[in-house]
Amino acid sequence: MVIGAPPPSMSPIAPAIQPDPIGQDDFLLRVRPSGWQNPPPRSRYDLVIVGGGPAGLSAAEFARRQGLSVALVERHYLGGNSLNSGSIPSKTIIRAARGLSSLRDEEEYGASAFERPLTDFPSVMERIRRLRTRIAEYHAVDRLKSRGIDVFFAEARFVEAHVLIAGQTPLSFRKAIIATGARPTSSNIPGLDQVGYLTSDSIFDLAELPKRLGVIGGGPLGCELAQAFCRLGSRVTIVQNEAKFLPDEEREAAELLSMSMSRDGVDTRLNTTVVGARMEAGAKWLDTISDDIKCSIAVDEILLSIGRMPNVESLALPAGGIDFEVAQGIDVDNFLCTTNVDVYAAGDVCNRRQFTNVAESSGRLAVQNAFGTRMERQHQAAIPWCTYCDPEIAHIGVHASEARAQSIPVECYTVMMQDVDRAITDGQDYGFVKIYVAQGTDQILGATIVATRASELINEMSVIMSARIGMRRLATILHAYPAQSDAIRLAAVAFVNSH
Amino acid sequence: MSGKLTDDALLDRLQRAAFTYLSENTSANNGLVADTSRAGSPCSIAVVGFALSCYPVAVERNWMSRREAAAVTLKTLQFFWHSPQSEQPDATGFKGFYYHFLDMQSGRRVWHCELSLVDTALLMAGILTVGRYFDGAGDEENIRHVSDALYRRVDWDWARNGLETASQGWKPESGFLHYGWEGYNEATIVYILGIGSPTHPLPAASFAGWTLTYQWENLLGHDVLYSGPLFTHFFTHAWIDYRGIQDAFMREKGSDYFENTQSAIAIHREYGARNPRGYEGYDRDFWGITAGDGPGNREMRESRRDRRFFGYMSRGVPYGPDDGTIAPWAMLAAVPFNADAALRGTRHLLESYPQVCPNDRFTSGFNATLKVQGMGWLSEGWFGLDQGLLVMMIENYRTGLIWEITRQCAVIRGGLIRAGFSGGWL
Repeated sequence: MVIGAPPPSMSPIAPAIQPDPIGQDDFLLRVRPSGWQNPPPRSRYDLVIVGGGPAGLSAAEFARRQGLSVALVERHYLGGNSLNSGSIPSKTIIRAARGLSSLRDEEEYGASAFERPLTDFPSVMERIRRLRTRIAEYHAVDRLKSRGIDVFFAEARFVEAHVLIAGQTPLSFRKAIIATGARPTSSNIPGLDQVGYLTSDSIFDLAELPKRLGVIGGGPLGCELAQAFCRLGSRVTIVQNEAKFLPDEEREAAELLSMSMSRDGVDTRLNTTVVGARMEAGAKWLDTISDDIKCSIAVDEILLSIGRMPNVESLALPAGGIDFEVAQGIDVDNFLCTTNVDVYAAGDVCNRRQFTNVAESSGRLAVQNAFGTRMERQHQAAIPWCTYCDPEIAHIGVHASEARAQSIPVECYTVMMQDVDRAITDGQDYGFVKIYVAQGTDQILGATIVATRASELINEMSVIMSARIGMRRLATILHAYPAQSDAIRLAAVAFVNSH
Repeated sequence: MSGKLTDDALLDRLQRAAFTYLSENTSANNGLVADTSRAGSPCSIAVVGFALSCYPVAVERNWMSRREAAAVTLKTLQFFWHSPQSEQPDATGFKGFYYHFLDMQSGRRVWHCELSLVDTALLMAGILTVGRYFDGAGDEENIRHVSDALYRRVDWDWARNGLETASQGWKPESGFLHYGWEGYNEATIVYILGIGSPTHPLPAASFAGWTLTYQWENLLGHDVLYSGPLFTHFFTHAWIDYRGIQDAFMREKGSDYFENTQSAIAIHREYGARNPRGYEGYDRDFWGITAGDGPGNREMRESRRDRRFFGYMSRGVPYGPDDGTIAPWAMLAAVPFNADAALRGTRHLLESYPQVCPNDRFTSGFNATLKVQGMGWLSEGWFGLDQGLLVMMIENYRTGLIWEITRQCAVIRGGLIRAGFSGGWL
């Protein structure tokens, strides 16, 4: 079967990315070549994987290294949300925004006064496409093919417990892994569909910078893009229906982010719900309510980012004997096994923590549990994650409140970045490193880090926790001086000093 | 002014001046007290709670006759008893709670403000204080009677909105405010009075539910149950003597709430000494970052960088926000916890910036960094909460009078015990 352009976005789960005529040839060559011929199927595969995002790709490559026969079915582009509308494009635009923003502070570091440059938005978007193409090479379709993975570009659906259909082609399998990911949640806000809105799937296709951007939802993506677009020059209003941004993070981290966004000029509306959207006088209006206070906000574009929904509806899961819930995704046990013992799930379609690192590791774990002799549980506790605002907010392990809810007495050792020499010299001294320790021991339960490069610092915590290094030993481990990561050691020194 | 006076003379002078704010800003016909000295200010019910608690101080210090104090107390209590309680948007209260701000003359709700749990709790703390202090006949007997009735009428259990922990408030237009309390703060008074109620109590477990959000932190070298703004470490303490009594959380940490406020003060002083944002004036003897008035939303270019300032808001240490604004009264309010630090800081402030204490009364906010006509920005007039808190804290330092009264108060004792406190004077 010959595959042409990507499927039209009629189905409710088809991503909304439109092919862009400029610079897309190399990209498509890597993620979905035009004229692609699906291979003739084997009579039976050891493993069929549905979904070519981070979970599916890591599962496919890992399974091939075990010598298994593998088919990978992708209905759109390889790379999944992370490459196409998530981590990669958002971090690229954040870099551009941070660069422009830092120019504002250059005078403090000794530059003479200068005019602030304007944003060349098309160049920013062009760089996103260029880098996306470059990163796509690591999992390009030719590479998969050369490793012996049969790649099918098609919609997949189950027909029975050990057979699914990719387009028109039946694929028979010993085991299968569902890794279809998730998509932006839609909303029932009256009028929003009529006025039109962007999601993470479509915002990176903007041709020009919106003068006014309204962001609905104060989770990680909403906050990242609100701040980034503000720094690029949009007038941004972000509306969050809870008392703080990033509800999964601790209060001080979320409040630092609020202050930082306000400093940048983002209009932040907490405890506020969008109750309607309408067109009036050429603008899109968001009607909001906060307790009894009603307000209307005029914008040119709206970004809806209120969470993600698992992609489960079009897979005919009942035919495969696979239970699922529309909001929570596929039911899996601790070993990622579905209610069909020969079908596993991995990545955003079954995980509460929808992160690329979790998706990749769960893809490998699903293969191991499907074919290995020893089953291994998915460990949730030691997942590091980060929200890439400025400052970044990263976390690993438990929060103090979670530990307390489990009756584990916990202490926090905090070092403010404003007391860390390198953060001071860098002019990046907003934030903190906070390490959670089980009271009466020096065992580290988790950490929250708010810092310009918290994503790098949290990875040190990940190694420390994985190696079960306690606070006493950590205090003695030499760190390069001066370095912002020295804050981690200083927190351990605070522990030693208080015992 | 401070240089020539002994500590006791200085305290006496500042305490009395603070009290005169209350007497000068109390409505003669209903006992309501103005939130601030600014023209047109409404009454804040929390300030009334502080004012009521200050009348026993005024009696003991001979600033008022006992008869006079009892008369204004009874008038205030009778106003609250007879004022309209209903779901009407211009009522005075509902379910025994009161709106945060009331018209000074009519006593009706103003500004579409919320039916406030914490402000009602501060009001009730004052109502219980006078109900215990006035133990004579006549007006004093009536005070006890009305005090008891007002407290019994408060439907604390309703204010959970069916959830485990207390909400922050309610509005007739939109129902319960949809955010609760997270982390340690001044809300302990809500739980202790709520749990102690003989009529509509909060369940004892609600306090434990709230303390799950506590964070025990090592900050700037000190172990502390963290809360950023200084006032949160003071408010409940104005009434309750936390020395030596512990709840489950403090037993676990080997501390108590009194010691904890001492730690918080140490952190604020250390922050002042480190002065990470380079604000003018900050020092180990210049601190007091808390909720209070501020310069408003302004920006300034200084040392080749942008400075941003804020209006009335809750400021905190060490996470911020901090815009260089301190509350000039806050160091002195720390006097029961660390008299040396409180007096050193207050004297240093009065010597360096005497303008923060016009007529011997501390203003709500001062910012030495932001210059207005060549001087640091200064909040205009006085705020009632600051003055009431100062009168009580200075008295607790000098004689322990308020703590002594509330230790005898059965519902406060009962609330503490049912919330899990034990040891010390309990």
